[in-house]
Amino acid sequence: MTAVRLADVQKTFPIPSGGETVALEAIELEIGTREFVSLIGPSGCGKSTLLRVVGDLIQPTAGSVEVNGKPAHQARLDRDYGMVFQAPVLFDWRTVEGNVRLPLEVMGFAPSERDRRVREMLDLVELGGFRSHYPHQLSGGMQQRVAIARALAFQPPILLMDEPFGALDEMTRERLNTELLRIWAQTGTTIIFVTHSIPEAVFLSTRVVSMSPRPGRITSVIEIDLPQPRTDQTRESERYFELVTEVRESLRGRVSSSAARARAEGRIG
Amino acid sequence: MKARGGRILRTALGIGLFLVLVALAWEAFKFLGGDPWRLEGIGFFHDPPFRVLQANDRQLPHLWEIASALAQPVQRNQDQTLGQFLIGAALFTWREALIGFVLGALIGLALASIFIHSRLLERAFVPYVIASQTIPIVALAPIIVVGFGRGLVAVVIIATYLTFFPVTIAAMRGLSSPDPRAVELMRSYAASRWEIYRKVRLPAAVPYLFTALKLAATASIVGAIIGEGPGGVPEGLGRAIINFNQQYVSGPEKLWATIFIAGLVGICFFLVIQLAEVVTLRGRGGSASRA
Amino acid sequence: MSDAAEMARSPAPARSAASLLAARVLQYLPAALVFVAGIVLWEFAAAGTGRRVIPPPSAIAAAFVEEGQLLRRATTATFIEALGGLAIGTVLGVLVAFSTSRWATARGILVPVAIASSAVPLIAIAPILNNWFGILNPLSKMMMAALLVFFPIMINVTRGLVEVPPAALELMRSYATSEWEVLRKVRVPNMLPFFFTALKVGTTLTFIGAIVGEYFGGTSEVLGRVVITSMSSGSFDLAWAGILLGSAGAIVSYLVVALVERLVIPWYASLQREAG
Repeated sequence: MTAVRLADVQKTFPIPSGGETVALEAIELEIGTREFVSLIGPSGCGKSTLLRVVGDLIQPTAGSVEVNGKPAHQARLDRDYGMVFQAPVLFDWRTVEGNVRLPLEVMGFAPSERDRRVREMLDLVELGGFRSHYPHQLSGGMQQRVAIARALAFQPPILLMDEPFGALDEMTRERLNTELLRIWAQTGTTIIFVTHSIPEAVFLSTRVVSMSPRPGRITSVIEIDLPQPRTDQTRESERYFELVTEVRESLRGRVSSSAARARAEGRIG
Repeated sequence: MKARGGRILRTALGIGLFLVLVALAWEAFKFLGGDPWRLEGIGFFHDPPFRVLQANDRQLPHLWEIASALAQPVQRNQDQTLGQFLIGAALFTWREALIGFVLGALIGLALASIFIHSRLLERAFVPYVIASQTIPIVALAPIIVVGFGRGLVAVVIIATYLTFFPVTIAAMRGLSSPDPRAVELMRSYAASRWEIYRKVRLPAAVPYLFTALKLAATASIVGAIIGEGPGGVPEGLGRAIINFNQQYVSGPEKLWATIFIAGLVGICFFLVIQLAEVVTLRGRGGSASRA
Repeated sequence: MSDAAEMARSPAPARSAASLLAARVLQYLPAALVFVAGIVLWEFAAAGTGRRVIPPPSAIAAAFVEEGQLLRRATTATFIEALGGLAIGTVLGVLVAFSTSRWATARGILVPVAIASSAVPLIAIAPILNNWFGILNPLSKMMMAALLVFFPIMINVTRGLVEVPPAALELMRSYATSEWEVLRKVRVPNMLPFFFTALKVGTTLTFIGAIVGEYFGGTSEVLGRVVITSMSSGSFDLAWAGILLGSAGAIVSYLVVALVERLVIPWYASLQREAG
């Protein structure tokens, strides 16, 4: 089944000095249910914009975005999305428990159901012992796990993650990668994951979508055929290194050609 | 540079817009609840539907009455107009405020510089710097006057007293704002405390200082106005407010005009500091103003 | 997964009560010593010949006892003015902030208002307020105090309602929530620390406002008047007693607000402890 279908999506932003920049151009992408798709590319390639277009946080200038067979806007109203940002965006005034409970409150879950799910989610991210801590009392990695628990609490069919582990150190990031895969396997959520770490994208994904900037477009889609479940051994397998190299080359080719184009434009302008 | 020049212009425009709004609200209030309007010149008569005490012609004169009062003699049988008198008084008060402002700023910066270098002194004295602001200065003014005699000195001391506090607090924050790594870098060059202060801390504190100086500018005017009464300084705005308050029944416009001029002095002083800020900080990136 | 390792950045939870107490004592000891030393020095420096401008603390203490009745009445009157002004200014400031924060244009006007209010010596209007609300009516002093309190409250509450991290709003948007829910769950809790900061500033301002109002005329049994009249009659000890009571009023109100802040937003205190 198709979870997300993007057809000829375009997004332009007006720039203050006049004119506009093309953030996304001719985006065609289909994502199946229970897939784990990473969007990767250099800064300014529009990967975060694309994620927000899928989540109906930004309206595309042209093209159609369909989620679970309906327009993205309807999908948002149906609460089909869980969002995780680069910053954990936890509310300082709520405890860990309170933060996870927030979406359940605004979505009108019954109190007993809220408590059950909060407990379940905190167990899922293994933070059961920290339910009454305030966010600032936790480390960055733990805060991000709370954010994941919050995003999953209302069991959205689609999880949108915008560089969720970008601010963490390498060791924490690898541990959370493994944990995210475990959660993905347990919950059966479709995940769209923005990152600029090539190893991370390869390790996590079923497919990696690489993008290039100015204008933001998809340059290649690479199938990641590493066996599931993925473990620390996966990171040491030969196929893993091959795929990392493949993704890197797909990005490098595009980066250098677009850089050349930028230089050429600079000479003309 | 262009953007910063624009900031001053925006502030001035914003304040202008604010004044226009106040003027509109003012006359609208009188239109609804004031005394009957009789504008003989243009043959306009209007009887407001309500009568509100605070909107009658004695409690809230028409703005044009206040404006025209500026051209009238300040007292009967005097050549000087109210406008001329008030401008003179404003300049006088400004001068007092300016001296207090400069002294207060220097004291504030000096105190902050000491406090950030000594944790012990900070703990011992900063609570009293903060508590000093809870002392009602109006009440303290007479004591200062008795202590230092009537005259300019007492007024300047009061202006200084109100000025040093915001500067001290902001300077402490500003001087300790540099990235600890920048200080470590200087240490690795074997720089002395004084060099670190001059080359890292002080430049970092400048934007904070300007934010405080803008508050201090107003505070120094407040101090000068309040000090003039008990200080027995007859030439300034503070005395004018007291005098015209006593003559309120016969000429409410005079008190209002004085209050407006006092507001104007505050705004002008504020804009002067902001101009200095723009000039000093031009070329610096980031946000120049910190609340 | 080892949470113990991840907790390295968070505070040691089991810091003993004794060491906490010791830290507290060390923090406040210098200020306390300065206080005691200041009183002792003041006593000796000011001791001796009759009534000076700055009488010794013992003389001021004596004035508290001798003029207890008068001081009590004056303090009560000024307190009522100040607290009334604080209440009026706070309520109006909060109302205006809530009603304007929804509209960007209203906020566009608010910024110059904020700047103008901090540039204008507002106290100059005290005599007008005395005329407007009756020079003998405590309301005239309350309005002066309220005017000083109003602007910081309005500005801070507006900032607190508006300056919400954009990602937090995106998050709420992804939940497809109503503006009302966003206000209730995000904007208001986000605003509370801003509000309490302004309220603490307001406690000082309101006493200054009330006493400035008194200074421009009114009933005689209020702190501002007691100071002025006792000064002109040479009773400096009584004048100082009045000044200290005014200052104490501001300090006590500040502490009460700080305490309420602790109770209402306990998370904020611990957040600040860690940031500082």
